[in-house]
Amino acid sequence: MDVRKTYKLFVNGEFVRSESGRAYRPDGNVNVPRGSRKDLRDAVRAARTALGGWAGRTAMNRGQILYRAAEMLDGRTAQFVELLGGGVKARREVEQAVEVLVWYAGWTDKLQQVTGTVNPVSGPYFNFTIPEPTGVVAIIAPEEQALLGLVRRLAPVLCGGNVVVALAAETQPLAALTLAEVLATSDVPAGVVNILSGQRKELLPWLASHMDVNAIDAAGCTPDEVKAIEESAASNVKRVIKLTESEQSPYLIAAFMEMKTVWHPIGV
Amino acid sequence: MAITKKQSTALAKQVFEYAPAPEAIDHVKVQPHYGLFIGGKWVEGHSKKRFPTINPATEQKLADVVEADEVDVDRAVKAAGKAFDSWGRLAPSRRARYLFRISRLLQERSRELAVVETMDGGKPIKESRDVDIPLSAAHFFYYAGWADKLEWAFPNRKPRPLGVAGQVIPWNFPLLMLAWKIAPALAAGNTVVLKPAETTPLSAMLFAEICMQAELPPGVVNIVTGAGKTGSLVVTHPDVKKVAFTGSTEVGKLIQRSIAGTGKRLTLELGGKAANIVFEDAPLDQAVEGIVNGIYFNQGHVCCAGSRLLVQESIAEPLLEKLKRRLSTLRLGDPLDKNTDIGAINSRAQLDKIRGLVESGIEEGAELYQPECVLPERGFWFPPSLFTNVSQSYRIAREEIFGPVLSVLTFRTPNEAVEKANNTPYGLSAGVWTDKGSRILWMAERMRAGVVWANTFNRFDPTSPFGGYKESGFGREGGLHGLLPYVDLS
Repeated sequence: MDVRKTYKLFVNGEFVRSESGRAYRPDGNVNVPRGSRKDLRDAVRAARTALGGWAGRTAMNRGQILYRAAEMLDGRTAQFVELLGGGVKARREVEQAVEVLVWYAGWTDKLQQVTGTVNPVSGPYFNFTIPEPTGVVAIIAPEEQALLGLVRRLAPVLCGGNVVVALAAETQPLAALTLAEVLATSDVPAGVVNILSGQRKELLPWLASHMDVNAIDAAGCTPDEVKAIEESAASNVKRVIKLTESEQSPYLIAAFMEMKTVWHPIGV
Repeated sequence: MAITKKQSTALAKQVFEYAPAPEAIDHVKVQPHYGLFIGGKWVEGHSKKRFPTINPATEQKLADVVEADEVDVDRAVKAAGKAFDSWGRLAPSRRARYLFRISRLLQERSRELAVVETMDGGKPIKESRDVDIPLSAAHFFYYAGWADKLEWAFPNRKPRPLGVAGQVIPWNFPLLMLAWKIAPALAAGNTVVLKPAETTPLSAMLFAEICMQAELPPGVVNIVTGAGKTGSLVVTHPDVKKVAFTGSTEVGKLIQRSIAGTGKRLTLELGGKAANIVFEDAPLDQAVEGIVNGIYFNQGHVCCAGSRLLVQESIAEPLLEKLKRRLSTLRLGDPLDKNTDIGAINSRAQLDKIRGLVESGIEEGAELYQPECVLPERGFWFPPSLFTNVSQSYRIAREEIFGPVLSVLTFRTPNEAVEKANNTPYGLSAGVWTDKGSRILWMAERMRAGVVWANTFNRFDPTSPFGGYKESGFGREGGLHGLLPYVDLS
């Protein structure tokens, strides 16, 4: 007889039930917490608190942690294949998710070299531009490819030093909630990634209008959802990123970053 | 020991008297009326509405322009759309040549442009002559060179233009903002419909003439005049693929909302409330000049103005002493006079806004200092002002005044300076004054702002990206990064 797992939200490094006490059964059997506005606000607060520590780590250290996540995910391949319905397709999805994590793990300490510049200004200044994390990023996981879809969006955002509040795919949240277990054992500091399950329709407006969320990844959203997000996002000039789901590039990492230009004086 | 108003008058008397040195205006011809620049020529508006643009220093009318309506904007966008078919496919090296040409023409007509800019906007001639116009020409020169090198800017991609860009610019640096918008757009192969601000359309009208002189293909640049309504028609037009706006955060939010779900690309360069931070080891005299430049440059009509001075407590008194003394030597008056430091406020509406916020500062309990300063009878003027005894919660410490008004706050430790500097929804720029290089970089790392100036302020360069964090907007203008908003990398 199995010892079954209770699926929980992942907030501030802890596995918690929804404060609302609600659950839903996307596959008709397993109870999944139905996150509330309050859960979401807790998650944003946890993320904001974790930002300084994560953004302040060395690029190499962030790379090592992302690589560690790839290792942990790889080690649980069988579990994820089963969660994703088994078969070749599921196996390929898990393999690709591992590959994506490894790919971005290698970008952390190169991004600045590729997207930063030293600018030849007319004057006695050392003038340079470097990318910095935007801050708290909300990710709406695509409904397709419950694991890979989320990992593809999560990895570049973390790579850039941002912190995340992610909404798991509503119809198949188990892979995302289980991914939390991977992250929890990969030295990702508490609060850096927060994963909520629940109803998109209910949570999306709160996420899009939250004044302490700096950017939203809307790749997994329908056109109507994108419109609603963009309308609410204007309340604090959020960046709404819509690069396609298949995008895998330093341009995607940089989309979640701010370019800072510094004028440093030169003189004796 | 605080300087009283009486003492400041005495100080002001110690400075040299200057004879008037007005810039000649006889070489400048402003037409009494301007139409719209659409499809490479002047056309009369479908809209019969016209409005005057005045000289804010004299309140005299300079010219009439059209308040473009829906039909006018549609014509302009159609003309740009038609031009895009060939401009987007033109050999990039030819696009470069047109931009180089425009840059040269701006240099050749620089004095004329400077005078018009000053008459239409109220800024001191020494600023339009030495900053606005040379930087505008430099901006075109810089992006001209990018036109045929885009693939080196974006590794692994084939950058393609987006189409018609709708651009709306502010009144504080009319020609420079035009250059920031048009140069990268054209370099990347887009065509544009640009709407200049309603109080400062004239340099854009001269720029239209320059486009004709350069024989730029018709429709590549279209300029429609008008106020907010016209601007909103430009950005919401369904054929406009890219929207670029520089202006207030309030309007920026409206635009972001108004184009939600349309798939248009958007960049916003919005307001600011920059901290200018002076540490005790800073060279004080140099810092005073930087503070003055930071907040009184262009009458404080600068989105990245250093409007919050954060002074380390240990030097607050001597620094303020020096600053007040310096304020009393600033020369306010005729913007066309070459010795003028502070020109006219751009419009009556802006003057009212500044007055309102200054009154709120007094009401909330801050202490106002203004040097003895005679304001001309006609025109819109506001003396250089500074507030001490300012709390972070006061409106003058939180809201963008966009005028020559400085709020002074103090701090004790570097961490406190960072905390206070970042305590704002804005994040456009910041300044640090210290003799210590490591501290400059330490501070720069922690400031949530797109541009950090160290031991300088309000410095711009076409190679140097500019733009905000947080509610100061997104996207960069200038430098390699300034190309990104105008290319499709997919």
